[in-house]
Amino acid sequence: MGEWMTVTDPDLSSESKNICQYTSETKMSPSSLYSQQVLCSSIPLSKNVHSFFSAFCTEENIEQSISYLDQEQLETSRREMIGLQERDRQLQCKNRNLHQLLKNEKDEVQKLQNIIASRATQYNHDMKRKEREYNKLKERLHQLVMNKKDKKIAMEVLNYVGRADGKRGSWRTGKTEARNEDEMYKILLNDYEYRQKQILMENAELKKVLQQMKKEMISLLSPQKQKPRERADDSTGTVISDAEEDAGELSRESMWDLSCETVREQLTNSIRKQWRILKSHVEKLDNQVSKVHLEGFNDEDVISRQDHEQETEKLELEIQQCKEMIKTQQQLLQQQLATACDDDTTSLLRDCYLLEEKERLKEEWSLFKEQKKNFEKERRSFTEAAIRLGLERKAFEEERASWLKQQFLNMTTFDHQNSENMKLFSAFSGSSDRDSLTVHSRPRQKKPHGVSNGSPVCTSKLTKSLPASPSTSDFCQTRSCASEHSSINVLNITPEETKPNPVGREGTNQKWSMASRPGSQEGCHSGRSSTCTNSHVEKDDLP
Amino acid sequence: MNFSEVFKLSSLLCKFSPDGKYLASCVQYRLVIRDVNTLQILQLYTCLDQIQHIEWSADSLFILCAMYKRGLVQVWSLEQPEWHCRIDEGSAGLVASCWSPDGRHILNTTEFHLRITVWSLCTKSVSYIKYPKACQQGITFTRDGRYMALAERRDCKDHVSVFVCSDWQLLRHFDTETQDLAGIEWAPNGCVLAVWDTCLEYKVLLYSLDGRLLSAYCAYEWSLGVKSVAWSPSSQFLAVGSYDGKVRILNHVTWKMITEFGHPATINNPKIVVYKEAEKNPRLALGRLAFPPPRAAAGPASTTESKYEIASAPVSLQTLKPIADRANPKIGIGALAFSPDNYFLATRNDSVPNAVWIWDIQKLRLFVVLEQLSPVRFFQWDPQQPRLAICTGGGKVYLWSPAGCVSVQVPGEGDFQVLSLCWHFSGDSLALLSKDHFCLCFLETEERVGTTFGRPGDHT
Repeated sequence: MGEWMTVTDPDLSSESKNICQYTSETKMSPSSLYSQQVLCSSIPLSKNVHSFFSAFCTEENIEQSISYLDQEQLETSRREMIGLQERDRQLQCKNRNLHQLLKNEKDEVQKLQNIIASRATQYNHDMKRKEREYNKLKERLHQLVMNKKDKKIAMEVLNYVGRADGKRGSWRTGKTEARNEDEMYKILLNDYEYRQKQILMENAELKKVLQQMKKEMISLLSPQKQKPRERADDSTGTVISDAEEDAGELSRESMWDLSCETVREQLTNSIRKQWRILKSHVEKLDNQVSKVHLEGFNDEDVISRQDHEQETEKLELEIQQCKEMIKTQQQLLQQQLATACDDDTTSLLRDCYLLEEKERLKEEWSLFKEQKKNFEKERRSFTEAAIRLGLERKAFEEERASWLKQQFLNMTTFDHQNSENMKLFSAFSGSSDRDSLTVHSRPRQKKPHGVSNGSPVCTSKLTKSLPASPSTSDFCQTRSCASEHSSINVLNITPEETKPNPVGREGTNQKWSMASRPGSQEGCHSGRSSTCTNSHVEKDDLP
Repeated sequence: MNFSEVFKLSSLLCKFSPDGKYLASCVQYRLVIRDVNTLQILQLYTCLDQIQHIEWSADSLFILCAMYKRGLVQVWSLEQPEWHCRIDEGSAGLVASCWSPDGRHILNTTEFHLRITVWSLCTKSVSYIKYPKACQQGITFTRDGRYMALAERRDCKDHVSVFVCSDWQLLRHFDTETQDLAGIEWAPNGCVLAVWDTCLEYKVLLYSLDGRLLSAYCAYEWSLGVKSVAWSPSSQFLAVGSYDGKVRILNHVTWKMITEFGHPATINNPKIVVYKEAEKNPRLALGRLAFPPPRAAAGPASTTESKYEIASAPVSLQTLKPIADRANPKIGIGALAFSPDNYFLATRNDSVPNAVWIWDIQKLRLFVVLEQLSPVRFFQWDPQQPRLAICTGGGKVYLWSPAGCVSVQVPGEGDFQVLSLCWHFSGDSLALLSKDHFCLCFLETEERVGTTFGRPGDHT
């Protein structure tokens, strides 16, 4: 069994970390040695560089760790991610294009409008010119026609008929002009008066309606005078006084011309007042209703039913709101606790859990409970292990260096991989930060063989790209200690480069991919989708 | 519903007298006066040339016949058949002729709109009005016949002159802020004059009787503007139909738009009743269990019958794509009419030519849509009640009322293509005009017991 341990940054306090330990118990098939992915345990990521490199696997648990890795899942998820990224890029491009198009269209529209305006002025000018010419022609023609007047233009009638109204025609004088003016104004005035009458009637009706409303409101409020009086509210006092006022007003209004400005204002103001009183009263009644059930006032039964419904509605609303609040608070709390151990860790843990569940259900279901209990202990032991790991790492680094030397000598066909080995180195070193280190304290878990870390410095420089699988696989293979369990979480390498979100969100998917074989293409897919099969996630770890 | 015999007619010249007693019709150069109830010929007058226009005087005593080609107007009297009057415009030519509201003056518009000559039948006096505007609707009389508004064009600007009809004195003269005035119309109460601009510019101006500008309304710029205008009978509303396919209703208090009616080709609201005219195939009539329109009276069985079916939402109407790059495109609201009780407004959107839209003015929303099988040519409200008569150039006349709608085939030997129609002022009968004939349709049969009219083709 291999134990996976991730070491946190030395500056990070251990108690704040969740440390997962992964144990692999299943046999690892050779085919699964393509990539070994280990779900990185939750590391309280700081924005700073990961300093540690975690040892994923030792020589012993290569096969085991491989079995935990789900290469295909990782691949598909990676492909998906790439696809989505591509689509996103395309859509953004499209969006930009559309914006540009829109701008162009708008400019064109403006241009066309200007063109229309200029054409219109031109057209008007031309029309005026033509019209003047036409007028001249008409005048000329008119003259001609008038000259011939005597010839043909005439009216022939048998006898002149009487006027329609029987009167005789009158001469056109100034008097008639004045009379016409008078008549015209009379007609206009009649029309205005008629309209005014209509409007007055409408106003009167509306006022009547308003007054009726006011009366009804007052009557509504007055039976409650007794109760509210007991509560000694100011508004109740005004209710009564208002009622008296209004009564006086009513009589006054009926006598006055209803179109008086002050009367109108008084009416609207009193309506508003009444309405406010009514509103406040209804609210009061609502409160009363709640007490009615306790005190059992009979008078208010009728009203309390109505208010009761209102009250129940209000209460239901309140309940809903409280529920929502509780939910959000729960979520926040969870988030808070989760973020304490970082988004990556939460998501990683979650994902680990899923994978873990698979394995566990197959094999170690019963152990799970035990491990829960032992978690605390293991936490403590982890810190010790961390220190140990540090030491081991150093050793590992030395080993690696020597191995690389060997490789350089041995490997002639994998030239390109050399460079990637460097990447791999850095990948490893970088990922060490990630894997920090929630160590599951489990009796069966093995501590990962110290995977020596590269310097923390090179971790930061790592790219997201998958360190060439062959190289990593090579590396992993030859590097017995490293290859089995160590995986490269490419994404984890440079936290500052990579988007923290994907890291955090899909932390579950972040895997350490280990190429198990040279030439393996699929190996070392930096896992986003596949989770470490070896990892155990302590549920209790999650606060 | 009874149909009378079919009589000859030319140029769609068939008019009821204002008092509802007579019906005048033209056949070439002859003017025939019939009694409305019996359709007997009461008078027959012969004019000097083919008649292009006839008009009754307001008191139904006289009728004028205008012959534009000859520049002649002949006036006939009903009381004294031997009385005659002839007005010769001579070289001045004649393009339009109309009565004044008092029935004693005739206004002749000479060629090129050089002037309007006011001939008096009472006196020897002649008046001239210069610079009348050549536009769609340049002359309008108030309903009480007191005033006449005339559109004029002087110095490349539009003016309006208001005359007192009793003595033809100029009451007011003012210029309008229109580019090219297209029409003027008095409100039914005679106190407001609506003036609208050419379709190149959307502008509706409202002037008071004394010439003050009350309001100017412009819905939008640049696109084609006003196509049709109608006052509501109470003068409360002014409906403006425009080329954008919308009718905008202005209210008489603020002269601002209170609502606009769109005419989309698809109707989604299930509350709107859509009547679709459908052919009724007599052969399939037996097996046809189709929704029997409750009020669709099957017309007298002749050629293809049709009936109305109620279409269920969403309904899509036939649209007509206008020819691009042509003047006066067939889009926009070409016809507008208020019902006499002010409850309904009937409109036609020229880009949906087969449909008549009926709007409820009380609620300011669409009420009913009638879709015919062919483009609607003409519609007119019954002068007494909210009943709409529609014709599409086919052999049927369509009637709609809030109670329902009916499609009636006009009986006759040949094809009677109803090109136009006009109501009798009482709403009892309807004259249907075709190219060469006309017939009368009597709508209320209870009172017509024992009346005799053209027997062939008599249907009850």
